[in-house]
Amino acid sequence: MSRLKRLMSWLTTTDHKRIGLLYFYTAFVFFLVGGLEALFIRAQLAQPDGHVVSAETFNQLFTMHGTTMVFLALMPLTASFFNYIVPLQIGARDVAFPRLNAFSYWVFVLGALLMNASWFTGPLFHAGRLNVAPDAGWFGYANLTSRQYSPGPNIDFWLLGLQILGVSSLAAGFNFIVTILNLRAPGMKMMRLPVFSWMTLVTSFLIITAFPVITVALVLLMFDRFFGTHFYLTSAGGDPVLWQHLFWIFGHPEVYILILPAMGIVSEVLPTFARKPLFGYTVVVYSGVLIGFMGWGVWSHHMFSVGLGPIADSVFSATTMLIAVPTGVKIFNWLATLWGGQLRFTTAMLFAIGFIALFTIGGLSGVTHASPPADLQQTDTYYVVAHIHYVLFGGTIFGLFAGMYYWWPKMTGRLLSETLGKWHFALVFVGMNLAFFPMHLIGLLGMPRRIYTYSPDLGVSTLNLVSTIGAFLIGVGVLVFIWNVWRTRTRGQTAGNDPWGGATLEWTISSPPPVHNFDVIPTVASRLPRWTKTQLKAIPEGAKLAEIHVPGGSIWPLVTALGLPVLALAPLSHRLPFAFVGATIILLGIFRWAFEPFEA
Amino acid sequence: MTIAAATHRTSMGLDSRKMAFWAFIGSECLLFGSLISTYLVYKGRSVVGPYPHDILNIPFTSVSTFDLLMSSLMMVLALAAVQRGDLKWAKVWLVATALLGIFFLSGQVYEFTSFVREGLTLQTNLFGATFFVLTGTHGAHVTVGVVWLLTLWVRALQGQLTAANAVTVEICGLYWHFVDVIWIVIFTVVYLIQ
Repeated sequence: MSRLKRLMSWLTTTDHKRIGLLYFYTAFVFFLVGGLEALFIRAQLAQPDGHVVSAETFNQLFTMHGTTMVFLALMPLTASFFNYIVPLQIGARDVAFPRLNAFSYWVFVLGALLMNASWFTGPLFHAGRLNVAPDAGWFGYANLTSRQYSPGPNIDFWLLGLQILGVSSLAAGFNFIVTILNLRAPGMKMMRLPVFSWMTLVTSFLIITAFPVITVALVLLMFDRFFGTHFYLTSAGGDPVLWQHLFWIFGHPEVYILILPAMGIVSEVLPTFARKPLFGYTVVVYSGVLIGFMGWGVWSHHMFSVGLGPIADSVFSATTMLIAVPTGVKIFNWLATLWGGQLRFTTAMLFAIGFIALFTIGGLSGVTHASPPADLQQTDTYYVVAHIHYVLFGGTIFGLFAGMYYWWPKMTGRLLSETLGKWHFALVFVGMNLAFFPMHLIGLLGMPRRIYTYSPDLGVSTLNLVSTIGAFLIGVGVLVFIWNVWRTRTRGQTAGNDPWGGATLEWTISSPPPVHNFDVIPTVASRLPRWTKTQLKAIPEGAKLAEIHVPGGSIWPLVTALGLPVLALAPLSHRLPFAFVGATIILLGIFRWAFEPFEA
Repeated sequence: MTIAAATHRTSMGLDSRKMAFWAFIGSECLLFGSLISTYLVYKGRSVVGPYPHDILNIPFTSVSTFDLLMSSLMMVLALAAVQRGDLKWAKVWLVATALLGIFFLSGQVYEFTSFVREGLTLQTNLFGATFFVLTGTHGAHVTVGVVWLLTLWVRALQGQLTAANAVTVEICGLYWHFVDVIWIVIFTVVYLIQ
């Protein structure tokens, strides 16, 4: 295949496996970008009165670190597994809407690039500096974001980028809901669905319900900044607290959007390497669903310091303590899965066990925020930063790394090195605890978050240095992982269909799977088809295999996606023609997409 | 494969496109829910006029509400015609639905311009901001629906709309009825309960 043809085949692909890989590599690059931003932050805070970066740049670094990690790294990394693994686990040939899937990916890339362009485009806005990245924190509280207090393009990049990324997440959400509900292999009842697929389903429901709310918050902000409305302006009767409500009504389900997929991965990895079925499958599934529902009733615990009054504070305090229950239930189920199992401490298993330990710590510090008086001491200090990193790094990222080691052989056909993997685990585990545990103390000793420097008199200099050392250790660990991936391309051991002895359908087919996944769609008779005697119905000798049609690609998802950033250029540059061009591209893309022949 | 998989065999027995659309409608409920909540939260908090009772014209909007309700009826008739393979009446009802949609939008354009002439803009006060953003978002949805209906109408004129792909009309209908229902809520909340 010529180089151009190969490039085109990737630009037009609608294969869920290829899109999964595209998601993975793109999101991993943004994971590195977000990590680099974190290292700059830690370098600046390594010593009191540091001056590695200016205060303005520091604001941009922590804002973009949070935004990048949440929207450009963790969510798309989970999406890469949704894409690659879910259709294989449920015995489908692709997702329900392959072109919509490609569209989600391209919108994600373009939105991410648009937002990150803010690092280099200062001169275009005559800003007098190179970097005009968003700088109001990842939750962008109103009136820090108003035109009055932030006249530059920084916040414009943020609110336009996030709206575009929302389109990507929503499209993926619809797609996976329908895929999981409707494309299951015969016999794959809902209560036989692998837990990872279940958690993908719950996450997708959270995505399609939470993202419209942040979209409205961002649209109102956009009107305030571009069209002179006063939604968040107190002097005109508006209320900045409206932003906080809308943001956290989205923001708290978002936390579960980030953690549930990792819980799903861990629920796949632990049984495989303990050689035991997951303890209390039904309870784990229902706990996940319950978390999905309860995640909607706790948002105001992010806002105790607003002063919402004793009734609101008590209610949200109670719901926040309650939501720890289904989470705790899951932890005990995982521990019971390990109990009495034949444990194999592969790297994937180590990360999964690390997940349980670190997520428990993060969960417990989270419960301490549930008490308003305690929260008033902790809010806006490094204690909260410690909590969020135990949950999202110790939780989500550890879960994702477990998934990477577990499914890498399925996705590429080669096993990652276990030796390098264990180095990776050890460095990241030690580094993560060194980096984030001291932050509990730093916060309780009174250091506020998001301040670019601190005085030596505060007495947190040593702790901060330790934290910085930990952050760089994590960096080394991630480099080891990259080296591992690189050498595995050529020197990795070939995987075969099932290197781990897994129980679910993805292990019945070759690694990497053929384009059409399954020669014959399997008929499933149990929850663990490969571990059950009556497992899969064998293909009868000499059965005539139906012809499998694999749809060709389509360029129109990419074209349609391109219209969105062009549209966003209109408000960004205050030039209306971009809006017409963008809208025309979108319309053209949608119509060509709707009427192109793309069926069996 | 996709379309085939979507229509021939699905685990829930429901067409995949229809299921996706129901999920989309669920998602849209949260979108309009947030906008309507914002409207309600800011009700009566404008510090300068004009206020809702100064400016809202209930008789006029009742007419366009009735118009939109009738368009839903046309939509039902259009779908019924397509499902029984009656292309002639399908064309009539589809274009009738679209025209009623356009009539509604014209009413909204007239309403917006007359409000601006009477001194209510996006920037005037919170009522202006919440009113225009909420009803404008709804109007944008109606516009998308009209484009969709006209597309289906052109397909019908080309003879491409058969009973076999009636589901495409059905999904458009789901969207249209949803937008209609949202208008009923907006009409009640914004116009009737002042």
